Amino acid sequence: MNLFAAEGEPNPLLPPVGEIIVGLITFAILAFVVIKFVFPIIEKTFQERRNAIEGGIERAEAAQAEAKAALEQYRAQLAEARTEAAQIRDAARAEGQQILEELRTQAQEESARIVARGEEQLAASRQQVVNELRGQIGSLAVTLAGRVVGESLEDDARRRGTVDRFMDELDAMSSSTPATGTGGSTVYTPEGNR
Amino acid sequence: MTSSAHALASVLAVESDSGGGFVSPTIEEFYPPSLAEFSLLGIDFTITRITIISFIATAAILLFMVLATRNPTIVPRKAQWLMESGYSLVRDNLGRDVIGPRYKPFVPFLGALFFFILANNAMSIIPFFQISPMSKFAYPLVLAILVYILYNVVSIKNKGLGGYLKEVAIPSGVPIPFLLLVTPIELLQMFIIRPFTLAVRLFANLFAGHMLLVVFSLGTVYLLGKFDENYSVIFAPFSFLMALFMTFFEVLVIVLQAYVFTVLTATYLNGAVEKAH
Repeated sequence: MNLFAAEGEPNPLLPPVGEIIVGLITFAILAFVVIKFVFPIIEKTFQERRNAIEGGIERAEAAQAEAKAALEQYRAQLAEARTEAAQIRDAARAEGQQILEELRTQAQEESARIVARGEEQLAASRQQVVNELRGQIGSLAVTLAGRVVGESLEDDARRRGTVDRFMDELDAMSSSTPATGTGGSTVYTPEGNR
Repeated sequence: MTSSAHALASVLAVESDSGGGFVSPTIEEFYPPSLAEFSLLGIDFTITRITIISFIATAAILLFMVLATRNPTIVPRKAQWLMESGYSLVRDNLGRDVIGPRYKPFVPFLGALFFFILANNAMSIIPFFQISPMSKFAYPLVLAILVYILYNVVSIKNKGLGGYLKEVAIPSGVPIPFLLLVTPIELLQMFIIRPFTLAVRLFANLFAGHMLLVVFSLGTVYLLGKFDENYSVIFAPFSFLMALFMTFFEVLVIVLQAYVFTVLTATYLNGAVEKAH
């Protein structure tokens, strides 16, 4: 202290050169290390972190897009399925209608056929009856007439001629009368020639 | 042991000699006894307590920074996070926001400045050190000289020596007669006052802070010793509270001055990289 007092008060704004150099060296060492090693590492870490975050965001975006696409796909498939179901339903309904129609037609045809066959049979029976009657009526009438007249008409030729003439007359008579008795629909009229 | 203790010892010594009142600390606070002296190339080097403190502060912050970034992870650990936050402050708030788009190459220098000043400032309140190397003018001066060289070199590189001098000496928008007044002021300010104030601002803050702390610490001790005389001992707690308050204030100064020094450097660099307007 006495030493300083002897030298006078040191001026704090006039530092010794040695101190300046020591300070410079101290700072230079720190600056060298941080500029060379510390800050580049931090910058690199920042870069990596940014990449990681951006990568994460990108991945999330990709996942979201994928989910959206899948949803769209499902929706489209659902709509398609619905349309398809409606189509199938319509087709089934139309087919059912068609089958019903066919069945109806078939039934009608069948009934018509049965009716027709019945008519044919009836007509045939009638013709048979008519033919039989014609034969019998002829001989009966001749026998009756022979008995009535007492005359034996043995001559075949003459007899046949007479009978045939008579039958022709009968035919002429029946055809000249209104043909209620001769039409195909005689089956449906219960009060007829029967 | 500490500078306060040294001062206390000297106070007690003085007191025992004269039996007088409180002796306030002097400028000698900042000139502790030399621990080693040597001469190199005609320059005298004196290693004192404060020199050692600056080594310790620098080594500590360096060690912290290296360890914190040794195994960097995407999700940072506590130390790494702290280091990255400090670096981000320098890089984004001081570099990018102040210098502008061409900030990238200057960020490492700004970072080195900021952390060096911060660590050395912090020594002013760390127990057993309790004096900052920055309260020695040599340290802020070194930094200010580096900043001075840097912004002048960058300016000359960007604008050419003529362009740079013209921009400084003849600010645009100043009427020609006024240049008689403005030009000397501008030149003086740019080339002499600016580095000087940059260094003095940091130095004076730490210097004054240390003086205040010592005054109130010594005051507390002195008042406690006045037990039997005139009851001044009752003022000792007030002195102590003031020392405590000044310590908290010093924390603010430590961070703020490191920030201010760096932000001013960034401002000067901004002027250097910006095109003449």
